[in-house]
Amino acid sequence: MEIVNSKCATLCNYEVMEHLQSVRDGKNRNKGQLATITYETLRYLENTPCKEQNSTAIANCLKDLEPYNLNKMEKLMLINTTPTTPLEIQLMVEESEERLSEEDVEKILQTLIKHFPHIEKKENEVNS
Amino acid sequence: MFILAEMKHVTRIRPELFNLKLNDAIAGELNKKLANKVVLNVGLCIALFDITNLEESYIFPGDGASHTRVHFRYIVFRPAIEEILLGKIRSCSQEGVHVSLGFFDDILIPPSSLQHPSRFSETEQAWIWEYDTGDGNKHDLFMDAGETIRFRVTAETFHETCPTGPNIMQEGQDNNENKIPYSLTGSVNEPGLGLLTWWENG
Repeated sequence: MEIVNSKCATLCNYEVMEHLQSVRDGKNRNKGQLATITYETLRYLENTPCKEQNSTAIANCLKDLEPYNLNKMEKLMLINTTPTTPLEIQLMVEESEERLSEEDVEKILQTLIKHFPHIEKKENEVNS
Repeated sequence: MFILAEMKHVTRIRPELFNLKLNDAIAGELNKKLANKVVLNVGLCIALFDITNLEESYIFPGDGASHTRVHFRYIVFRPAIEEILLGKIRSCSQEGVHVSLGFFDDILIPPSSLQHPSRFSETEQAWIWEYDTGDGNKHDLFMDAGETIRFRVTAETFHETCPTGPNIMQEGQDNNENKIPYSLTGSVNEPGLGLLTWWENG
Protein backbone atom coordinates (compact mmCIF):
# COMPACT_ATOMS: atom_id res chain seq x y z
CA MET A 1 0.00 0.00 0.00
CA GLU A 2 1.21 3.44 -0.82
CA ILE A 3 0.09 6.75 0.58
CA VAL A 4 -0.25 9.30 -2.19
CA ASN A 5 -1.41 12.18 -0.05
CA SER A 6 -1.99 11.80 3.66
CA LYS A 7 -4.30 14.80 3.74
CA CYS A 8 -6.01 15.68 0.49
CA ALA A 9 -9.12 17.22 2.07
CA THR A 10 -10.75 18.01 5.38
CA LEU A 11 -14.22 16.74 6.13
CA CYS A 12 -16.69 18.27 8.52
CA ASN A 13 -18.45 16.04 11.00
CA TYR A 14 -21.69 16.22 9.06
CA GLU A 15 -20.10 14.81 5.90
CA VAL A 16 -18.55 11.95 7.83
CA MET A 17 -21.82 11.19 9.58
CA GLU A 18 -23.74 11.15 6.32
CA HIS A 19 -21.21 8.86 4.68
CA LEU A 20 -21.07 6.46 7.61
CA GLN A 21 -24.85 6.26 7.76
CA SER A 22 -24.91 5.14 4.16
CA VAL A 23 -22.17 2.61 4.95
CA ARG A 24 -24.19 1.32 7.89
CA ASP A 25 -27.43 1.08 5.94
CA GLY A 26 -25.74 -0.33 2.84
CA LYS A 27 -27.02 -3.52 1.33
CA ASN A 28 -23.80 -5.40 2.01
CA ARG A 29 -23.70 -6.78 5.51
CA ASN A 30 -20.78 -5.14 7.21
CA LYS A 31 -18.82 -7.24 9.54
CA GLY A 32 -15.75 -7.11 11.73
CA GLN A 33 -13.81 -3.93 12.25
CA LEU A 34 -15.79 -1.82 9.79
CA ALA A 35 -19.04 -2.49 11.65
CA THR A 36 -17.37 -1.67 14.98
CA ILE A 37 -15.79 1.59 13.92
CA THR A 38 -18.88 2.80 12.02
CA TYR A 39 -21.08 2.09 15.02
CA GLU A 40 -18.76 3.79 17.50
CA THR A 41 -18.07 6.81 15.32
CA LEU A 42 -21.74 7.32 14.54
CA ARG A 43 -22.60 7.09 18.21
CA TYR A 44 -20.12 9.88 18.88
CA LEU A 45 -21.21 12.03 15.93
CA GLU A 46 -24.90 11.69 16.71
CA ASN A 47 -24.23 13.39 20.03
CA THR A 48 -22.68 16.43 18.35
CA PRO A 49 -24.48 19.38 16.74
CA CYS A 50 -23.91 17.87 13.29
CA LYS A 51 -26.85 15.54 13.84
CA GLU A 52 -29.27 18.38 13.12
CA GLN A 53 -27.28 19.99 10.33
CA ASN A 54 -27.81 19.70 6.61
CA SER A 55 -25.64 20.56 3.66
CA THR A 56 -27.55 23.67 2.54
CA ALA A 57 -27.47 25.17 6.04
CA ILE A 58 -23.72 24.58 6.25
CA ALA A 59 -23.10 26.09 2.81
CA ASN A 60 -25.19 29.17 3.61
CA CYS A 61 -23.57 29.57 6.98
CA LEU A 62 -20.09 29.48 5.46
CA LYS A 63 -21.14 32.15 2.99
CA ASP A 64 -22.31 34.37 5.83
CA LEU A 65 -19.06 33.83 7.74
CA GLU A 66 -16.92 35.05 4.85
CA PRO A 67 -16.61 38.72 5.90
CA TYR A 68 -14.87 37.83 9.17
CA ASN A 69 -11.66 36.61 7.56
CA LEU A 70 -11.53 33.31 9.40
CA ASN A 71 -9.25 30.58 8.18
CA LYS A 72 -10.45 27.17 7.07
CA MET A 73 -9.71 25.42 10.34
CA GLU A 74 -11.55 28.03 12.36
CA LYS A 75 -14.62 27.82 10.17
CA LEU A 76 -14.51 24.05 10.40
CA MET A 77 -14.48 24.22 14.18
CA LEU A 78 -17.36 26.72 14.20
CA ILE A 79 -19.39 24.22 12.17
CA ASN A 80 -18.32 21.07 14.00
CA THR A 81 -18.64 22.31 17.55
CA THR A 82 -21.04 25.22 17.13
CA PRO A 83 -20.25 27.71 19.88
CA THR A 84 -23.03 29.50 21.75
CA THR A 85 -20.96 31.85 23.91
CA PRO A 86 -18.31 34.49 23.13
CA LEU A 87 -15.87 32.54 25.31
CA GLU A 88 -16.02 29.54 22.99
CA ILE A 89 -15.31 31.72 19.96
CA GLN A 90 -12.32 33.13 21.75
CA LEU A 91 -10.99 29.59 22.11
CA MET A 92 -11.50 28.62 18.51
CA VAL A 93 -10.29 31.78 16.81
CA GLU A 94 -6.66 32.58 17.40
CA GLU A 95 -5.97 36.13 18.62
CA SER A 96 -9.69 36.76 18.41
CA GLU A 97 -9.44 39.91 20.54
CA GLU A 98 -7.37 41.61 17.88
CA ARG A 99 -9.06 40.18 14.83
CA LEU A 100 -12.69 40.41 15.87
CA SER A 101 -14.55 43.16 17.62
CA GLU A 102 -17.18 42.37 20.22
CA GLU A 103 -19.86 43.13 17.66
CA ASP A 104 -18.29 40.70 15.21
CA VAL A 105 -18.34 37.94 17.80
CA GLU A 106 -21.98 38.70 18.58
CA LYS A 107 -22.79 38.67 14.87
CA ILE A 108 -21.04 35.33 14.36
CA LEU A 109 -23.07 33.83 17.19
CA GLN A 110 -26.25 35.20 15.64
CA THR A 111 -25.28 33.78 12.25
CA LEU A 112 -24.71 30.35 13.72
CA ILE A 113 -28.05 30.41 15.53
CA LYS A 114 -29.79 31.57 12.37
CA HIS A 115 -28.48 28.63 10.35
CA PHE A 116 -28.51 26.01 13.08
CA PRO A 117 -31.53 26.94 15.21
CA HIS A 118 -31.31 23.74 17.23
CA ILE A 119 -28.23 24.87 19.18
CA GLU A 120 -30.21 27.66 20.80
CA LYS A 121 -32.98 25.31 21.85
CA LYS A 122 -30.49 23.08 23.51
CA GLU A 123 -29.20 25.95 25.56
CA ASN A 124 -32.67 26.85 26.76
CA GLU A 125 -33.19 23.32 27.93
CA VAL A 126 -30.03 23.50 29.97
CA ASN A 127 -31.08 26.74 31.61
CA SER A 128 -34.64 25.73 32.38
CA MET B 1 -11.14 16.23 12.99
CA PHE B 2 -11.68 13.99 10.00
CA ILE B 3 -9.63 14.15 6.83
CA LEU B 4 -9.44 12.31 3.54
CA ALA B 5 -6.25 10.45 2.72
CA GLU B 6 -5.43 9.47 -0.80
CA MET B 7 -3.81 6.05 -1.18
CA LYS B 8 -3.18 3.38 -3.75
CA HIS B 9 -2.99 -0.32 -3.30
CA VAL B 10 -2.86 -3.51 -5.32
CA THR B 11 -5.93 -5.40 -4.18
CA ARG B 12 -6.13 -9.13 -4.47
CA ILE B 13 -9.63 -10.42 -5.15
CA ARG B 14 -10.09 -14.11 -4.45
CA PRO B 15 -12.01 -16.13 -7.04
CA GLU B 16 -14.95 -16.73 -4.70
CA LEU B 17 -15.64 -13.00 -4.83
CA PHE B 18 -15.83 -12.90 -8.62
CA ASN B 19 -19.63 -13.01 -8.46
CA LEU B 20 -19.58 -9.52 -6.93
CA LYS B 21 -19.14 -6.32 -8.88
CA LEU B 22 -15.43 -5.45 -8.99
CA ASN B 23 -16.02 -2.16 -7.17
CA ASP B 24 -17.94 -3.78 -4.34
CA ALA B 25 -15.39 -6.54 -3.97
CA ILE B 26 -12.53 -4.04 -3.82
CA ALA B 27 -14.38 -1.79 -1.38
CA GLY B 28 -14.94 -4.80 0.86
CA GLU B 29 -11.28 -5.80 0.75
CA LEU B 30 -10.04 -2.28 1.44
CA ASN B 31 -12.37 -1.90 4.39
CA LYS B 32 -11.33 -5.26 5.74
CA LYS B 33 -7.71 -4.19 5.47
CA LEU B 34 -7.96 -0.67 6.87
CA ALA B 35 -11.09 -0.02 8.94
CA ASN B 36 -10.32 0.71 12.60
CA LYS B 37 -6.56 0.51 11.98
CA VAL B 38 -3.93 3.17 12.50
CA VAL B 39 -1.72 3.95 9.53
CA LEU B 40 1.63 5.40 10.54
CA ASN B 41 1.68 9.18 10.15
CA VAL B 42 -1.78 9.19 8.61
CA GLY B 43 -4.19 8.51 11.47
CA LEU B 44 -7.00 6.18 12.48
CA CYS B 45 -8.77 4.84 9.40
CA ILE B 46 -12.56 4.89 9.62
CA ALA B 47 -14.14 3.85 6.30
CA LEU B 48 -13.61 3.95 2.55
CA PHE B 49 -14.79 7.25 1.06
CA ASP B 50 -14.55 6.53 -2.65
CA ILE B 51 -12.54 4.77 -5.34
CA THR B 52 -11.04 7.31 -7.70
CA ASN B 53 -9.32 5.11 -10.23
CA LEU B 54 -9.13 1.43 -11.11
CA GLU B 55 -6.30 0.19 -13.24
CA GLU B 56 -6.26 -2.97 -15.26
CA SER B 57 -6.72 -6.27 -13.41
CA TYR B 58 -4.15 -9.05 -13.76
CA ILE B 59 -4.22 -12.75 -13.13
CA PHE B 60 -0.81 -14.21 -12.40
CA PRO B 61 0.20 -17.77 -13.29
CA GLY B 62 -0.41 -20.13 -10.42
CA ASP B 63 -2.87 -17.89 -8.61
CA GLY B 64 -6.57 -17.77 -9.46
CA ALA B 65 -7.08 -14.41 -7.83
CA SER B 66 -7.18 -11.14 -9.73
CA HIS B 67 -4.93 -8.24 -8.80
CA THR B 68 -6.08 -4.69 -9.37
CA ARG B 69 -4.22 -1.49 -8.65
CA VAL B 70 -6.74 0.87 -7.14
CA HIS B 71 -6.55 4.55 -6.20
CA PHE B 72 -8.91 5.47 -3.39
CA ARG B 73 -9.69 7.97 -0.70
CA TYR B 74 -10.21 6.93 2.89
CA ILE B 75 -11.85 8.76 5.80
CA VAL B 76 -9.25 9.16 8.51
CA PHE B 77 -9.54 10.47 12.05
CA ARG B 78 -6.72 12.92 12.59
CA PRO B 79 -7.56 16.10 14.46
CA ALA B 80 -5.46 19.12 13.65
CA ILE B 81 -3.10 20.42 16.31
CA GLU B 82 -4.85 23.24 18.22
CA GLU B 83 -8.27 21.86 17.33
CA ILE B 84 -10.96 21.95 20.02
CA LEU B 85 -12.71 18.63 20.60
CA LEU B 86 -15.38 17.29 22.92
CA GLY B 87 -14.88 13.97 24.66
CA LYS B 88 -15.77 12.02 27.75
CA ILE B 89 -13.48 11.44 30.73
CA ARG B 90 -12.61 7.76 30.78
CA SER B 91 -10.59 7.77 33.98
CA CYS B 92 -8.19 9.83 36.04
CA SER B 93 -4.78 8.73 37.27
CA GLN B 94 -1.50 10.22 38.44
CA GLU B 95 -0.48 10.60 34.80
CA GLY B 96 -3.42 12.85 34.07
CA VAL B 97 -6.90 12.65 32.68
CA HIS B 98 -7.70 9.97 30.10
CA VAL B 99 -10.29 11.07 27.57
CA SER B 100 -12.27 8.95 25.13
CA LEU B 101 -14.23 9.88 22.04
CA GLY B 102 -16.01 6.52 21.94
CA PHE B 103 -14.19 5.32 18.85
CA PHE B 104 -10.79 6.61 19.94
CA ASP B 105 -9.48 6.16 23.48
CA ASP B 106 -5.84 7.18 23.48
CA ILE B 107 -6.08 10.79 24.59
CA LEU B 108 -4.21 11.98 27.67
CA ILE B 109 -4.29 15.36 29.33
CA PRO B 110 -1.13 15.51 31.47
CA PRO B 111 -1.23 17.22 34.90
CA SER B 112 0.77 20.19 33.60
CA SER B 113 -1.97 20.93 31.07
CA LEU B 114 -4.85 20.91 33.54
CA GLN B 115 -6.38 24.09 34.92
CA HIS B 116 -4.05 25.63 37.48
CA PRO B 117 -3.96 24.79 40.39
CA SER B 118 -5.17 21.20 40.21
CA ARG B 119 -4.55 18.27 42.52
CA PHE B 120 -5.17 14.54 42.29
CA SER B 121 -7.32 12.92 44.93
CA GLU B 122 -6.35 9.30 45.62
CA THR B 123 -9.58 8.54 47.48
CA GLU B 124 -11.86 9.96 44.79
CA GLN B 125 -9.60 8.89 41.91
CA ALA B 126 -10.27 12.21 40.27
CA TRP B 127 -8.45 15.41 39.43
CA ILE B 128 -9.72 18.48 41.19
CA TRP B 129 -9.39 22.06 40.02
CA GLU B 130 -9.01 24.30 43.08
CA TYR B 131 -10.89 27.22 41.69
CA ASP B 132 -10.04 30.49 43.39
CA THR B 133 -13.31 32.28 44.08
CA GLY B 134 -11.54 35.61 44.48
CA ASP B 135 -12.24 36.15 48.18
CA GLY B 136 -9.46 33.87 49.36
CA ASN B 137 -11.65 30.79 49.37
CA LYS B 138 -11.20 27.78 47.16
CA HIS B 139 -13.91 25.90 45.39
CA ASP B 140 -13.15 22.30 44.43
CA LEU B 141 -14.22 21.38 40.91
CA PHE B 142 -14.09 17.63 40.31
CA MET B 143 -13.23 15.94 37.04
CA ASP B 144 -15.24 12.73 37.40
CA ALA B 145 -15.23 9.86 34.93
CA GLY B 146 -18.07 10.01 32.42
CA GLU B 147 -18.28 13.80 32.32
CA THR B 148 -18.12 15.61 28.99
CA ILE B 149 -14.95 17.62 28.58
CA ARG B 150 -13.82 20.20 26.06
CA PHE B 151 -10.10 20.16 25.32
CA ARG B 152 -7.51 21.40 22.87
CA VAL B 153 -5.33 18.93 20.98
CA THR B 154 -1.71 19.96 21.57
CA ALA B 155 0.34 17.06 20.22
CA GLU B 156 0.11 13.73 18.43
CA THR B 157 2.42 10.73 18.62
CA PHE B 158 2.76 7.84 16.22
CA HIS B 159 4.51 4.60 17.16
CA GLU B 160 5.61 1.91 14.81
CA THR B 161 4.11 -1.35 16.05
CA CYS B 162 5.47 -3.72 13.43
CA PRO B 163 6.09 -7.24 14.60
CA THR B 164 9.75 -7.50 15.59
CA GLY B 165 12.22 -10.29 14.94
CA PRO B 166 12.34 -13.29 17.26
CA ASN B 167 15.48 -12.18 19.13
CA ILE B 168 14.25 -8.77 20.06
CA MET B 169 10.79 -10.17 20.77
CA GLN B 170 11.89 -12.05 23.87
CA GLU B 171 13.39 -9.01 25.51
CA GLY B 172 11.04 -6.34 24.36
CA GLN B 173 7.75 -8.22 24.34
CA ASP B 174 6.10 -6.36 27.19
CA ASN B 175 7.23 -3.08 25.79
CA ASN B 176 5.76 -3.75 22.43
CA GLU B 177 2.37 -4.82 23.65
CA ASN B 178 1.88 -1.62 25.57
CA LYS B 179 2.81 0.58 22.67
CA ILE B 180 -0.03 2.73 21.44
CA PRO B 181 0.18 3.28 17.68
CA TYR B 182 -1.47 6.70 17.70
CA SER B 183 -2.07 8.86 20.74
CA LEU B 184 -3.08 12.46 21.30
CA THR B 185 -2.12 14.89 24.01
CA GLY B 186 -4.63 17.47 25.09
CA SER B 187 -4.78 20.50 27.31
CA VAL B 188 -7.51 22.25 29.28
CA ASN B 189 -5.55 25.11 30.82
CA GLU B 190 -7.40 27.96 29.16
CA PRO B 191 -10.65 29.64 30.14
CA GLY B 192 -13.55 27.85 28.48
CA LEU B 193 -11.85 24.47 28.44
CA GLY B 194 -12.59 21.62 30.81
CA LEU B 195 -15.94 20.22 31.89
CA LEU B 196 -18.84 21.81 30.04
CA THR B 197 -20.68 22.39 33.32
CA TRP B 198 -17.90 24.69 34.56
CA TRP B 199 -18.64 27.31 31.95
CA GLU B 200 -22.37 27.02 31.42
CA ASN B 201 -23.28 30.30 33.06
CA GLY B 202 -20.18 32.15 31.90
